[in-house]
Formats: sequence, C-alpha cells, structure tokens
Amino acid sequence: MVIYGVALLAVCLLAGVLLGELLGTAIGIDANVGGVGIAMLILVLVVDYLKKNNKLNIKSQEGMAFWGAMYIPIVIAMAAKQNVVAAVDGGPLALMAGVSAVIVSWAMVPLLSSIGKDTSTLSDEELGGSDDVRNIK
Amino acid sequence: MFEILSDTFVENGLIVSFAVVGITIYLSYMISDKLTNGKIHGSAIAIIMGLVLAYIGGINTGGEQGLADIGIFTGIGLMGGGMLRDFAIVATAFGASLDEIKKAGLPGIISLFAGVIVSFVIGVVIAFAFGYTDAVSLTTIGAGAATYIVGPVTGTALGASSEVIALSIAAGLIKSILTMIGTPFVAKYIGLDNPRSAIVYGGLMGTTSGVAGGLAATDPKLVPYGAMTATFYTGLGCLMAPSVLFLVTRTIF
Repeated sequence: MVIYGVALLAVCLLAGVLLGELLGTAIGIDANVGGVGIAMLILVLVVDYLKKNNKLNIKSQEGMAFWGAMYIPIVIAMAAKQNVVAAVDGGPLALMAGVSAVIVSWAMVPLLSSIGKDTSTLSDEELGGSDDVRNIK
Repeated sequence: MFEILSDTFVENGLIVSFAVVGITIYLSYMISDKLTNGKIHGSAIAIIMGLVLAYIGGINTGGEQGLADIGIFTGIGLMGGGMLRDFAIVATAFGASLDEIKKAGLPGIISLFAGVIVSFVIGVVIAFAFGYTDAVSLTTIGAGAATYIVGPVTGTALGASSEVIALSIAAGLIKSILTMIGTPFVAKYIGLDNPRSAIVYGGLMGTTSGVAGGLAATDPKLVPYGAMTATFYTGLGCLMAPSVLFLVTRTIF
C-alpha cells in the first residue's frame, strides 16, 4: 500500500532528525547535526535491504516516489518564502561576501571531485529523484 | 463575493499553494520551452519566479517570509517550510544508489570541511575589507558566508551586535539565492553531472536550500547526493565557527 512507503519515509526522517538532535546535544551545540542527511542514509540502507529481499512492492515504492517528485514544487514554494528583501537590503558587504563565497566554492568543485576519481554514472533505475513519478515500470 | 473568495483561500492555505506552485511551474516550463528553446531549465525559471514573488511579498508586507506573509498565500509558508521540505528531501534519497555514495565518501567529507573553512575565510576577509576589525564581528560575518543559519547561531553565541548578525544572515541569503539561480548555468563548466561531483558540490556550497534548488533545476537525479552532504554542513558550521574558527580569528586579529 502507498501508505507503507510514506510511513517508511516518515520513520526514517524522525529517526534521522532525532539522531541529529542527540548528536548536537552530545557535542554541546544547539543545532541539529546532519539529521536529514542521517535520515537519507538510513532510507538508502533500508530500501537497499528491502529491495534485495523483495519486500518492497510497487505500491509502497510509489508512496516514496510521489514525495520525491514533490521535491521540486516544494523547493519553489521555499523560494517564494525566502526573505529576499532582507538579502537585497543587506548592502554591498553582504552581497560581496555571499557572491564571493559562491564563486570560490564553484571553482573548487572540479578540484575536489577529482580526488580518487574513477568513472561514475547514474544508475538506470531512478525513482525518487526523477521528475517522472510513473517511470517505475 | 470577494470576501467569500478570500476566506476560501485562507481556509485552504496548503491547497492554494499546491495550485499556485503548479501554475507557476506550468508557466515556467512554457517560458523555458517557447522563449529559451529549453536552454534554461523550467525549474530554474520557476525558482527565479518564486524568488521574485517572495520579493514582491516582502515589499508589500514588510514581513520576513516573502509571499507567505500575504494572507491568502500563507499556505506557501507551510508547503515551503522545513517539515515538508525535509520529508521530500529524504524521499529523493529513495532514488540514490548505495554504491555511488560509498564511492564519494572521502571527497564528500573533505569537501565539507573545505567548504565551511573556505566560505568562512572569504567572509572574514571581506568583512575586514569593509572596516570590521574585532574578532566577534569578523567571525559572525564569516559564519554567515557559510550559511544564514551558521551566521546567527555563531553571532548569538559570541554576543555580536544585531547589525552584524543581520549582515551575516543577508550574506547567507545571498549565497543561497545565487546558488539556486546559478547552479544550472555553471553546472557544465564545473563537471556537475554525476553523483560524485554532486556530493562534493553539496559539501562545498552547504546551503541546503540553495544546493537542493540548484540541483533540482540542473538534474533532479543529482538532488539526493548533493542534499545529503549539504545537510551536514550547517551542523559542522555551527560546531566549528564559534569554537575553532573563532579562536583562530581571535589569534590573528
């Protein structure tokens, strides 16, 4: 059932965020340390395990694929609620700091990507990250 | 009549936002197709339209939440808020492959540390060029160049002035917005077309919203990889900026 996929997602998110909070408390800072990243890792591992054991049916996968496909619309809603006025009002210091940080970071991507490089390609089976929810079959 | 319409919109806020975002995306893909011949990705245009709407909302209401501050569009705040965003971001990991993540492990971790430190140093240097000389302000603005969350967290921890904290947030917001808009345009020049470079990208840029938005507009398949490292960045920044990086800054200035 679709809800199984959605529930699996929810449990992974909650587990990850909880671990992130605990990690933050453990190292003494008032922030969630990588909770969403941890949740994603848990999901990748769980899905990998379930798929190998044929425990994940198409309907459950659709529950996850739907939310993966909703990601871009949610990002657009997120863009529409940013404090763009404050960013623009920050003046030349904020503008220069932000823009320089981005440009230098961009320049470093090819450098760091080449560490220990070997050929890497996207796998053919893409469900959640893809635009098309229905390309499951 | 107008009141009934407005009430209906307010009571169904989240549903309104689904419709608004859907229409925005439709228009964006049409513009992408007709005006740019598909050269500029539809989602990139949609994100820019979102930011423009946020600007209009902010100008009209004086609030901090862009379009979501306008009564009938409050649902945008819910749809674009942290809860649904995190939920959908985790869902994108469903399409990620374990082997690719393992392969990019070390470069991912290196890029995280490099990303936080490089952005911080740039922020400090520019703040210094603009006349700030005290370690607390320099550290706070440097932290803001990391992300707009690391900035205020660091500033509050160190007791920076609210003006400096506001500047650090603005620097982080500029970074996030530029990353959202610019990623699809620089992607091919920096080799951003595979999971490995996406993982490095997330670690270097850090801003989760910027990376996720930018990658979504570049190639949605890359989102889970970039987002995974990006979500560790803010935590690492909050950990390093008020401690190690502050001590180093204080020693120098």
